[in-house]
This record gives sequence, structure tokens and C-alpha cells, in this order.
Amino acid sequence: MDLTETTIQKELKELTRKFATEKLQPLIADDERDERFRPEIIKKLGALGLTGITVPEAYGGAGLGYKDYIIVIEELAAVAASYAISVAVSGLPQLILNIFGSEAQKTKYIPPLAKGEAVGAFSLSEAFSGSDAASLRATAKRDGDHYTLNGTKLWTTQGDFANTIILMARTGGPGPKGISAFIVEKGTPGLNYGKREKKMGCHASHTMELVLNDLKIPVGNLLGKEGAGFQIAMTALDSGRITIGATAIGIARSALDIAVSHATQREQFRKPIIQFQGVSFMLADMAVAIDAARLLTQRAAWMRDNDEDFSVQAAMAKLFASDAAMKVTTDAVQILGGAGYTQDFPLERYMREAKVLQIVEGTNQIQRVVISRELEINMKGK
Amino acid sequence: MGHLAPHINTLDDEEGFNRDAFFKMGELGLLGIIIPEEDGGAGLDAVATTIAMEEMGAVDASTTLSYLAHTILCVNQIANNCSKEQKQKFLPKLISGEWIGGMGMSEPDAGSDALGMKTKALLRGNSYILNGSKTWITNGPVGDIFYVYAKTGGKKTDISTFIIERGMRGFSTGKKFSKMGMRASPTGELVFTECEVPLSNRVGTESGSIKMMMRNLDIERITIAGISIGIARASIETATTYAKERKQFGKPIGSFQQIQERLTEAAAWYEACRCLTYTAAKMWDSGLMTGKEASMMAAKAKLQSAQMATQVALDAIQILGGYGYTREFPVERYMRDAKLMEIGAGTNEILRLIIARQMLGEVADA
Repeated sequence: MDLTETTIQKELKELTRKFATEKLQPLIADDERDERFRPEIIKKLGALGLTGITVPEAYGGAGLGYKDYIIVIEELAAVAASYAISVAVSGLPQLILNIFGSEAQKTKYIPPLAKGEAVGAFSLSEAFSGSDAASLRATAKRDGDHYTLNGTKLWTTQGDFANTIILMARTGGPGPKGISAFIVEKGTPGLNYGKREKKMGCHASHTMELVLNDLKIPVGNLLGKEGAGFQIAMTALDSGRITIGATAIGIARSALDIAVSHATQREQFRKPIIQFQGVSFMLADMAVAIDAARLLTQRAAWMRDNDEDFSVQAAMAKLFASDAAMKVTTDAVQILGGAGYTQDFPLERYMREAKVLQIVEGTNQIQRVVISRELEINMKGK
Repeated sequence: MGHLAPHINTLDDEEGFNRDAFFKMGELGLLGIIIPEEDGGAGLDAVATTIAMEEMGAVDASTTLSYLAHTILCVNQIANNCSKEQKQKFLPKLISGEWIGGMGMSEPDAGSDALGMKTKALLRGNSYILNGSKTWITNGPVGDIFYVYAKTGGKKTDISTFIIERGMRGFSTGKKFSKMGMRASPTGELVFTECEVPLSNRVGTESGSIKMMMRNLDIERITIAGISIGIARASIETATTYAKERKQFGKPIGSFQQIQERLTEAAAWYEACRCLTYTAAKMWDSGLMTGKEASMMAAKAKLQSAQMATQVALDAIQILGGYGYTREFPVERYMRDAKLMEIGAGTNEILRLIIARQMLGEVADA
């Protein structure tokens, strides 16, 4: 794996950082408080070419790789995790359509998402089906030229704003093979918005319950074959985990920056507190954790870009990076003491945001399942 | 707790304050729990006070923190150190809940380094003139009476105490902080601008406060550990119930070893901290510890309980997954509240320093 930054990567970093600093920084604290999402931000990011990094140019994307993509996500997350998540979630339908969609589906749905003219979402979980995704209960019944969907989906990020939602429902018997994936358009009768979750953090990113009441989807909006939905969802999550790793790194990096700046300026007992080992060693551990997390995430991205099987590496990156972000942000609050606990600094927000990364895109418990299963399989193969 | 549980979610959301709870606590005798009966208190000990902190802390850590600031930092100090006249003037209304009390020690540039405080009090005639500001004052925005430390000489240890009453000329409560957690416990600043405080409001002798200031930090740390214990207990209870009920892959998630590991480690650490905290309280009550031993024991109890509570609350969120991250369950609040336990009443770092000094002597500061 080559760690040298390419010219394109440098440009992506500068472009995204400039946007995040100028356009997101001034409004994110208030928007988090007010639980406000601004779809026009996605439009602006799209105009800069940052919303379709990995899809081919033929469909309006930039045709770049995940190693480029994670730079954009990290830079957004360093300022506003909610928008890093938004871009990453909008990326999931693009990725799914690009791999599993028919030419007609690709042509119709990818370009608006890739250009940031539309917002995307991914809807898999339900109240009784979280980590155990294969147990989902929402149903889709074929009826002539359409499917009729019923059920309730949970935890759908930006489900209320999304123009294009990839939604999993059951067309067959129990278990993973009975699940199919559908393209659901905003405004389709029967697609109702349930409650918006009140959360601990990432408030600007809305988390929606979707209630499907006889939602009619044309047969042409089935993705792949009937029964392919579970595999489609898992494929998307493997890639999604890389972006969660990058989000975690962005948050942690910002937390470390603030902590270092504070520790070098704040004096107690007549010296800067960075001169106390209790503080400086904490900072050192934070720096190590962030770099290790970034390298793990870059490796998973690099393997994906080189068409290698990367699901275990993505699980490792997501697990390690989100745990690192939790620890780094918690310690950063600690270094700022009382000030870190207040909303005068963004650290307490970072800490609240980091926590969700240990839960989404497969809880960290599930990542350990993925990793340990692979260890078991490898051992049997010997 | 019929007077805390119904209100805490809204108060946490809106950064409110459960004023009524203080009248109720007054009726129950909780506000003077640790002070002698002759001063109008309940005459109970540190163990009893820690139990009160734990029980209320398990429901509403915010109001409990405000209760601690009122009862331990203000009422207890007045009972310990004030003259008969001063006690008669201030204690009855503080014990009934008619007045809310607080304490002022930390300053913007004197946090962990408390003796670096800059607020000055100069005697002029029959009054002291106070100038400076105090920060991180629990109950600052809502308090009526504050037990405030200020410098009355050039030495670090020249610290005196003054009773500050809301409404005194030159005294104002500055901005209220928006915080991550403990949001129903208002935190603010106290600002003194040529504030005139009558001599009769000075506590004890001039520049004679440092010993009692430090000693009260110990009882504060022991009893505040009770809040951490309460938060952890509530987190463990919520997570255990959920692990029994929530099914994934066809069985309760409590049957998975990852969940069992988190729950059991949490329970064991919690129990250890509980023992440590109540042992510290018991030793305090026995009066057998020297000042430095008491400080070390209090620091150990507070340091461990606070770290334990934060980790246990984080793990409870993780066990509840997405649900734990929402406001439908209280565990995300427990976590936000628990984090303060690692910062307030002596940061983890300062507590380690106190323990290190006791263990290593001069070497600790070499």
C-alpha cells in the first residue's frame, strides 16, 4: 500500500477542508442544537464534486477510489460529523446501484445522487431486527407489475430528506434468502414518516422511522433478483464501515487538535499543563490511536480499490477507529476539564457523536463477530 | 423518587432546575442531613449522606449534584465554621429549602490549582470589598447564599471565607453554562465588582480558611462518589433488563458472552467502588483518619467511582445499541452526567496527584 498522497488526494483534502471551515463551521453548533439538517449543503458539496466520489464518471461521479473518498469524509467529520454521515449515507445507494443495478436503474438514479442534487438513504433495521438483520419483518408482496410493501423500518438516516431510498423487505420465507432490496422514491404514496428519534448526538443528521402502508413499488425498482437483498445490504455495509472509520478519525483528530492547543496554553501550578505527564501521555496515546485507526482504514480502502476481499479489514477499521474516537474524545474533554464539559467548546459534542459510531453500520459487537468468524474459517482451512 | 423521576427528562432537555424538590428535601430533613441537631440538622453521618446521594443519583444526578453543592459545600461549611449568630441567620432557611446555597472556590485561571485564586477581599472600615470572579459554581444561577473564598493577603494560603447573599451590591451571577450533562443542575459564574460585604459575613478569622476549605473537599469527594455509584447502578439495571428482554438471532442478547462480559465487569467494578466509597465514608465517620489519610481515601473513592460510572454508562449504551443512543432510554443521560464526575470536585488528574503525594512524599513534586 502506497501512503504517498496523490495530487488528487491533496486537492480533495484542501477543497473539503475549505468548505467545511467556511460553510459548516459557522452553523454546525446551532444546527446540532436545533436538530436542523440543510439539504442545500449536500447540493453545494455536489457542485464541488464531493458527493459522488466513487461512482464512474459516466453516471455523474468522480470515478475515484475509496482511498480518495475517505479523505473527504474525514475532513467533513473533523468539522461536522452529521454531514460526513450524510454524504456517506447518500453514498450507499450509489454504491449499491452501481454494483447491483440494471443499466436503466443506474442511469435514472445514480446521477442525481452523485451530483448532490438528490439525497440518498439506506433502510435495513427494524425494531426487532438490529444486529440480527436477517430477521427483518417488513413484507413485499408481488402483485402484477408492482410490489406492495408493509412494515416499519427504524434508524433510517435522513429518511425524511431522502429522494432515493434502498429499502430491504421480505419477499420470501424466513432468513436471509427471503429478503429483497427495493428502490423507493420520495413521495411514493404509502411511504410515511414515523417518529424522528431524539438522540444523544449527531442531531443535525435526522434518524427516521419509516412506516410502509401498502407502499406500491414498480417491479422495475426491485434491485437484482428476489432474495438478493440481504447480500446487497451486507455488501453495502462492508463499504459503509470504511466511511465510519474515516468519520471517527475526523472527529478524533479535531478533538486532539483542541486538546493539544489547550494543554500548551492553559497554565496551572505556574506551567502549561502539557508539562504534566498525566496530560502529555494522554495526548501521546490519542495521537497513536488516531494514526493507527487511519492506517487501518486506509488499508481497508486500498484493498477495496484493488478488488481484494476487504470485509474483515473494514470491520477491523470500523471497530478500532470508533473505539479510538470514543476514547480520544472522552480524554479530550478531560484535558479541558470544566471547559471541556461546556458547550463553549465542541469537545462534548464530539464525544456524543463518537458514541454513535460504535453502534451504526454494525455494532462493534457485530464487527467482532465478523473478525472472529474469519479467524475460525482460516484455522479450519489450514 | 416521586419528586425527581417525573421531571428529569424535561429538565435535562430544557436546562431547567427542580426548585420544588428542594422544598420537599427540606421537609424530609435531607438538606441538613449531615449537620448537628442543635444546628437544626438531622445529625446523621457521611454514610447516611452518601446513601442519599446514591439513591437520588440513581434517578436524577443533576438535582443530586445541586443538592450536594447546597448541603455539603454550603450548609455543612456554615455549620462547621460559622459563629452562632451567622448560623442563626443563614441555616434555618437553607435547611427548609427556602434558600438555595452554593460555594465559590474555582476561578477561570485557578481550577485544579485552587490556591492560585485571584479574587481579593480588602478590609475597608466595617466591610470587605471583594473583586474578582468565580466559575463552575453549581447552583450559581439559582442560589441565594454562597460560601465564597477570597484572598486577603499576599501568600497562597491567605484565604478567607465570606457569606455572599444574592442582592448584595456589586455581586452578580454571570453567565450560565450550557453543558453536556448535569443539565438540570445550573452552573454559572459569580462576579464581584467592588462588592461590599459586611464584616459580620466573614467566616472565622482573616486568612484562616485554608484548612477547613481543604477538609471539606474530602467530605465532598466521598459523598459525590455516591452519585457515581447511583448512576452506575441505574445503568447496570437498565442494561440488565434490556439484555434479558431483547432478542436477536433467536435468543436474548444476554446469552451472548460479549454482553455478559460487559455486564459482569460492570457489576464487579461497581461493587468494588461501592465498597471503597462506603469504607471511606465509614472511616471518615470514625474520626480515626488523619487529615492526609482522609484526603487520600476520599480521592481514591472519588477517582475510581467516577471512572467506573462513565465506563459503565458507556457500556450500557452499547448494550442497548441504537436504543441506548436515543432519549427513549435514560442511559445516554447517565453517560453525559457521569462524565462530570471525572471533572467536578477535583479532576481525575488532581486526585491522582493527591494520592501520589501521600504515597511518594516529596518525590511526587520533585
